[in-house]
Amino acid sequence: MKLDRTSFITLIAVMGAALVLALLNQMTAAASAAHVPTYVIALAGKYLCFAMLALAVDLVWGFAGILSLGHAAFFALGGYAMGMYLMRQIGTRGVYGNPNLPDFMVFLGWKALPWYWTGFEWFGFAILMAMLVPAVLAGVFGWLAFRSRVTGVYLSIITQALTYALLLAFFRNDMGFGGNNGMTDFKDILGFNVQADSTRSALLVISAVVLCGQFLLARFVVDSRFGKILIAVRDTESRTRFLGYRPESYKLVVWVLSAIMAGIGGALYVPQVGIINPSEFAPGNSIEAVIWVAVGGRGTLVGAILGAIIVNFGKTWFTGALPEVWLYALGAMFIFVTLFLPRGVMGLVRTSAPKEPEPETPAVAAAHEVTG
Amino acid sequence: MSLDEPILSRRGLGRLGVAAATLAAVGAVKAASTPAEAQATGGTIKVGVLHSLSGTMAISETTLKDVMLMLIEQQNKKGGLLGKKLEAVVVDPASNWPLFAEKARQLISVDKCAAVFGCWTSVSRKSVLPVFEELNGILFYPVQYEGQECSRNVFYTGAAPNQQAIPAVDYLMKENKVKRWVLAGTDYVYPRTTNQILEAYLKMKGVAQEDIMINYTPFGQSDWQNIVSSIKTFGSAGKKTAVVSTINGDANVPFYKELGNQGIKATDIPVVAFSVGEEELAGVDTKPLLGHLAAWNYFESVDTRENKAFIKEWKAFTKNPKRTTNDPMEAHYIGFNMWVKGVEKAGTTDPDAVIDALIGVSVPNLSGGYSALMPNHHITKPVLIGEIQPDGQFNIVSETPGLVVAQEWSPYVEDTKDLIGDWRAPLKCGAFNVKTGTCTSGKKA
Amino acid sequence: MPRLIALLLLIVLVLPGSRAHADDAYDALSASALAISPESFDSVRHGIEQLAESGDPRAAVVIGALHDGTLYANDDHALFIQQPDGSYVDAHTGAKAPDVTDDDVKKVRVNNAVRSAIDAALGGLQLFAPDAPTRLHAATAVFTSHDPAALPALKKALAKESDPAVKRLMEQAQAAALLSAPDASEAEKLDAVATLRARGDQDARSVLSALAGQSGPVGTAAAAAVVSIDHFLQIWSVAQSVYYGISLGSVLLLAAAGLAITFGVMGVINMAHGEMVMIGAYVTFVVQQLMHAYLPSLYGISLLIAVPMAFLVSGAVGVVIERSLIRWLYGRPLETLLATWGLSLVLQQVVRSLFGANNQDVDTPGWMSGAFQLGGLTLTWNRLYIIIFAFLVVAALMAALRYTPLGLRMRAVTQNRRMAAAMGIRTPWIDALTFGLGSGIAGIAGVALSQIDNVSPNLGQGYIIDSFMVVVFGGVGNLWGTTLGALTLGIVNKFLEPIAGAVLGKIIVLVLLILFVQRNPRGMFPLKGRAVEA
Repeated sequence: MKLDRTSFITLIAVMGAALVLALLNQMTAAASAAHVPTYVIALAGKYLCFAMLALAVDLVWGFAGILSLGHAAFFALGGYAMGMYLMRQIGTRGVYGNPNLPDFMVFLGWKALPWYWTGFEWFGFAILMAMLVPAVLAGVFGWLAFRSRVTGVYLSIITQALTYALLLAFFRNDMGFGGNNGMTDFKDILGFNVQADSTRSALLVISAVVLCGQFLLARFVVDSRFGKILIAVRDTESRTRFLGYRPESYKLVVWVLSAIMAGIGGALYVPQVGIINPSEFAPGNSIEAVIWVAVGGRGTLVGAILGAIIVNFGKTWFTGALPEVWLYALGAMFIFVTLFLPRGVMGLVRTSAPKEPEPETPAVAAAHEVTG
Repeated sequence: MSLDEPILSRRGLGRLGVAAATLAAVGAVKAASTPAEAQATGGTIKVGVLHSLSGTMAISETTLKDVMLMLIEQQNKKGGLLGKKLEAVVVDPASNWPLFAEKARQLISVDKCAAVFGCWTSVSRKSVLPVFEELNGILFYPVQYEGQECSRNVFYTGAAPNQQAIPAVDYLMKENKVKRWVLAGTDYVYPRTTNQILEAYLKMKGVAQEDIMINYTPFGQSDWQNIVSSIKTFGSAGKKTAVVSTINGDANVPFYKELGNQGIKATDIPVVAFSVGEEELAGVDTKPLLGHLAAWNYFESVDTRENKAFIKEWKAFTKNPKRTTNDPMEAHYIGFNMWVKGVEKAGTTDPDAVIDALIGVSVPNLSGGYSALMPNHHITKPVLIGEIQPDGQFNIVSETPGLVVAQEWSPYVEDTKDLIGDWRAPLKCGAFNVKTGTCTSGKKA
Repeated sequence: MPRLIALLLLIVLVLPGSRAHADDAYDALSASALAISPESFDSVRHGIEQLAESGDPRAAVVIGALHDGTLYANDDHALFIQQPDGSYVDAHTGAKAPDVTDDDVKKVRVNNAVRSAIDAALGGLQLFAPDAPTRLHAATAVFTSHDPAALPALKKALAKESDPAVKRLMEQAQAAALLSAPDASEAEKLDAVATLRARGDQDARSVLSALAGQSGPVGTAAAAAVVSIDHFLQIWSVAQSVYYGISLGSVLLLAAAGLAITFGVMGVINMAHGEMVMIGAYVTFVVQQLMHAYLPSLYGISLLIAVPMAFLVSGAVGVVIERSLIRWLYGRPLETLLATWGLSLVLQQVVRSLFGANNQDVDTPGWMSGAFQLGGLTLTWNRLYIIIFAFLVVAALMAALRYTPLGLRMRAVTQNRRMAAAMGIRTPWIDALTFGLGSGIAGIAGVALSQIDNVSPNLGQGYIIDSFMVVVFGGVGNLWGTTLGALTLGIVNKFLEPIAGAVLGKIIVLVLLILFVQRNPRGMFPLKGRAVEA
């Protein structure tokens, strides 16, 4: 598989930055000038997980033309799977000291663990579920939606309905996922203390490795013959169909793959931020993920990673430095990027790249006019 | 995997820029944080303010940020603390729970705040709790909550359920001879716990199961038509009926508007709320709500010299004669003064020393008494019950004779009825089981 | 047994206290000004009853003052009534008390129990008022209190009453009072049960069901009456659910109508639509404040003035947004989503900076508050007005698109932009006006929503998802579809809510919606023809 220069540099940068930060955090004394505080490690880990979500969004939006406004749902489901594992690891160290039930269940008077919690005490099972649950949901949803040719904004809106319904469902205390408070106060992951600096550093490096792996996988998919057909589907779905392909099958495969990638991102996100709760399903989160991709540059994969890091760094910085007016800054950033950088930050970098898809193909413009 | 171009061509250099930008961004996080570290050793003591200034909770929390700024300014006018000026570090966690944890970490480990005043919702507190315990910070939490928690690093200046709900129910039973109860709440942990406690309490008082109706609604519920009408139906069974509302924030305004419109008067079916204060009522026309009740530990209408002075300062500070005061503001007022006293007592801002020094500290509250910080990290409070007036204020109709001590662990929940929290020297435990004599959790050396 | 002893002790301890005050009605009334305690409220209540029975000519005035919150007491238990100009008169004599200042006196506190006593007392005193509405009000108060003490007064009043509506209510009040009178005969009580059974609403049910458990013919009759009323209310409850559904649907319709233009007709995924609604609500607030300050005589119709103002302000904001932002993004519909999302963040923050994060109080005018009965239906005025208003708005919008030259051009541009331009239509200008129209309609929705929801910077956020659902469900680009979609969603929601609960009901609606769109990928009313395979 051929890897272009930008991709290569991105891989090196992500891996390098993660390793350097982790090493500086671990190897240097807290007082030394070169020391990286754990705060930065936690932040960087969080950004990388968001980058996985962005990568997943870019794969379906940038290459298959499916604008998902509900991708954070898959991310959150992966997060919940990991959260359930972490809850089970607390064991008797919970507030009530109940060896089987998480605190919130004891508190609501539950007597036994519901059946769907079975198996989450095993790490492997939790990771499997973090991929399987988003995959099954995406599979069912996509099979129904693509088969009946729900496209464009209709699809976007029903993905939003999906995440909104999940948001409401997970808010319910009767669901057995901790209601509004969700899951928190985790202790161990695979026997390591989740709050220890070394665990955090390790998680950061693992996140970087996984992100790079996902990136390579995505690159491989879009560069393959399969990817070419996806791009054809994106640009003119009906023409691809007339050529004898079945666009719905191609879309479904990439859609499920993307959901799995988001789920893994969520699973890595939870131990690093220490909480998972229904607000991760909020429709706004999914829209934000799309914005990361747009800021970085749609259909470039590298742009998705960049966008997620830039926007989230902006958010971290603005909320601390300009707490009263940061929404102006963030909102202005989105408007500026869409107006002046239609291809995102990556548009600045590779102005000369000829392969870049035209965002406005005649078909899209025509579609707009007719539906309009 | 192979490269299709040599690494350092001219175009390649440009792409290196991308990588450099990535690194720079990560580095900048650090850069953004380092100047603060340098300052921490200087002439100021930093106080973190962790309240949402945007998003859904901004409506309630913005006021608390303002009151903290006022308290810090006043303290500085009095000469600061330990000879140093106080400096507020305000951040915006934007009603986003993981962001709360991130900002808490920033306030403690990067800005080196001596104490943090913040959070409103239970989930935001739960989200920052591990951070405060890990980094040994101090959090003052000013809102009434569900209890069932007693962390060494958190000081709960809001009411526990027994400091709010039970006296209110007692009042209605006695004064209005209420026999039938609707427990209406938003579906999250505070209403669930409060209702659990109330249900047990009501049954203990001889209320039959069929005379209790429990209803949960989602956050931000805006269409209350058939819920209000079912309350009305429930209330037409010939027994005096009352509603105990633990409906949260945003949903209250449409709820009260619907009550007013369906003509449910307080003389027919009184509604007593635990989350509705002066601030929430600012958005409602209160004329039809005359006589509905709220239970708090403070009302703006409390008739004391301290409160009048506080209101005057508040209006002057915000330069807005219409700003109201409310219960969580008083909690911050008490909490801040306790912290000041604790730091003075300890002679340092070192968290361990301050945490130990704070227990037993007692400061004046705004309702004419002294609130003391108990070994369970909760404070003693009077319980006031007020009726809504046409001007959006509360007419206080009942006041507990003395101060009420918080029960951090509910005696009505099977698993916690034997637990106590005591952070004083020999025990030092947040959840000590008095039956078995063991510390189930929260033991810190 | 120990409890009984405690109770007895309590009575012994409390009674002397209240007796001491109760010797004189005026003395008793001043009790709650001086102490906040249950005993003091008991004593006030006692004072009111005494005063009402005393025949004292000042009784109505003093109780009225207590009702209005203008009764004050000083430390010596002397009572004063505050006049509108801030001066005081002696409550006992009505003489001016020039020496009394605000610092000398405290307001007599009133709680719900006292307020009930006031209503009952005033009701009894006002049964003979010269005007019918006051008598009606008094009879309602007596019905609510159903205090047997009012029976003699009711009898007298009934003999004199000429107004049939008031008379009927007085009879019902008499029936309610009779049922709680211990000395009424069985025949009287059975008559009373029949009267209340005929009234047949929840209030009547409330009185009757207190008796339903008793043995004897009265209890049996009451139980039968309760069953009959329940049966009656059950039938009506279906209609009531439909009404609630239409009402919820009309709110959704209002919120979505503007989006049906900007999104449905123009294809702009306008995430800032909710903020246009919010702006409309804030315009209502500002208009009310201004009218309160400068035109208090017209305050009652401030909402009517707010409607065009909200349309203009939101519409103008919409035109500005289209000219500065959207027009660069035509042909890239998904990217408008991003820009308008950013815009919505900015607009929320602007409003937060200007007005603060708190809710603003938008008053409901008198003609919009309250409810009335229609058969077994309870219809609230504000909801009814919103339903009517929603349909008027949609009708006006359809008429504007169908019959005005502007509407014709809008349709031409959206159907075939190039052809329209070739015919000499200034398409950019039409785009701006169309977007302005959609935004203006959203602003109007804000006026209506200010009556039922929070007026806060977050107002729009709560409606944006629902609005998109409605437009997609109904079929993009079709106002009829939007209307039917909103009503269907509203009614389905309201029928599910009592069965599944509010949260689960909403989830079910969303899942049904997703499945529906899978079956009908272009909504209920898809645009037919070549447009379909776009």
